[in-house]
Amino acid sequence: MIERATTRLHVETQINGENTDYLCGPEQSLLEVLRDVLGLTGTKEGCNDGNCGACSVLMGSRLVNACLVLGAEAEGQEIRTIEGLAGPDGLHPLQQAFLETAALQCGICTPGFLIAAEALLDRESEPSEERIRFWLAGNLCRCTGYDKIVRAVQLAAERLRQAGQLREMEVPT
Amino acid sequence: MAVMFEYRAAHSAAEAVSLLREHGTDAKIIAGGQSLMPLINLGLAQPSLLIDINSAAELDFITRRNGSLAIGALTRHHTVERSGEVRQYIPLLAEALPLIGDPQVRNRGTIGGSLAHADPVGEIPTVASCLGAIMVVQGPNGKREIPASEFFVTYLTTALDAEELLTEVIFPILPANTGVCFKELVRRQGDFAIVAAAAAVQLGADGACTAARLALAGVMPTPLNADAAASMLVGQKPTAQIIEQAAQAACVGIDPESDVIASADYRRAMAPVFARRALTEAFERAARA
Repeated sequence: MIERATTRLHVETQINGENTDYLCGPEQSLLEVLRDVLGLTGTKEGCNDGNCGACSVLMGSRLVNACLVLGAEAEGQEIRTIEGLAGPDGLHPLQQAFLETAALQCGICTPGFLIAAEALLDRESEPSEERIRFWLAGNLCRCTGYDKIVRAVQLAAERLRQAGQLREMEVPT
Repeated sequence: MAVMFEYRAAHSAAEAVSLLREHGTDAKIIAGGQSLMPLINLGLAQPSLLIDINSAAELDFITRRNGSLAIGALTRHHTVERSGEVRQYIPLLAEALPLIGDPQVRNRGTIGGSLAHADPVGEIPTVASCLGAIMVVQGPNGKREIPASEFFVTYLTTALDAEELLTEVIFPILPANTGVCFKELVRRQGDFAIVAAAAAVQLGADGACTAARLALAGVMPTPLNADAAASMLVGQKPTAQIIEQAAQAACVGIDPESDVIASADYRRAMAPVFARRALTEAFERAARA
């Protein structure tokens, strides 16, 4: 017979580059931990069953739904959330592109889309429209109809490529 | 309202089995969690203990072995999807994988989890049924092998004992001249299939069929192995007419259910259509192979 848990688990992890430890219940999802334990409310709860992608975060290099990962399973992992996207110099090119192309309306899906798009652009600098749509298939938006989101990702990808080329030109040969 | 349970991390298959032995049917294995976590979040599953095998690295592998490709139960869909060996040796699995869920699901979900969850419309159980894959399971008394035909018992139920853990699945490597095809009917990419069909066929030098395998999903409480119907193609030139006959024969006696996505009648009507399409394309590919 198992005693129903009142014990909390101690988890050591890294969130947005900072070593972080927390106590969580065995039943708490990573999403609950981020929002309710750590106060990182940028990651949103939509469906809580893995359909909508609003809670997308990076675990290691992999895009996952935080609602389908236990807080305990983050032990030893590197987690990246929307709070870690903007740099010290301002918005991330994806965030800037979403603003400029009006790729959001109500905004609840936006953090998930930004993290999912970031995961794509980390891997591929010049994704086709089809590739972008396939990659973002796990994120639902009920406002935009997706077109503007796809355009925003294309715009950000283009700017990131240009910035990369500029950086290469600066390197003395 | 969250369900309360205990959590233990198992770092090896042996440790997981020993925890299963200790806690029996009160315990549940969690790997990718892509089926179990929604059930927990929705309050539909109430385990007393979750045994987390995510740190059992020994269960994460893809290895070629004696004419087969063995895949560890903890191998993520994404890893299988990107594996050159899977594409080369088990192309039917490679074709089915991108149809599973979405990137978030495939990044976390595991091949062993899909098999042990035994959703009757699951892509991986359907491929396993078509290819006659073998499940390797580990229990307190060691390992045993269960063929797909015996592994899937009914809805979400397998031949795994309460104290057993699925550790790997072995797919037979079919000859290079095999043509394969996986087709599924969905309303949107990534949805659960309404019906699905998986086919693997071979052609002789004279253009006649020398071997044919077929499995259907969405028509019975488990994936339906329809090799008996497919075998009527053997020795024949695969004309549209004989493929249609085999597809119809495969669907004799099917007993699909109605649910919110589709009626039983619709599934009954679509099953032979998808069987025919999968067989037809598999033969076209075999002819080019």
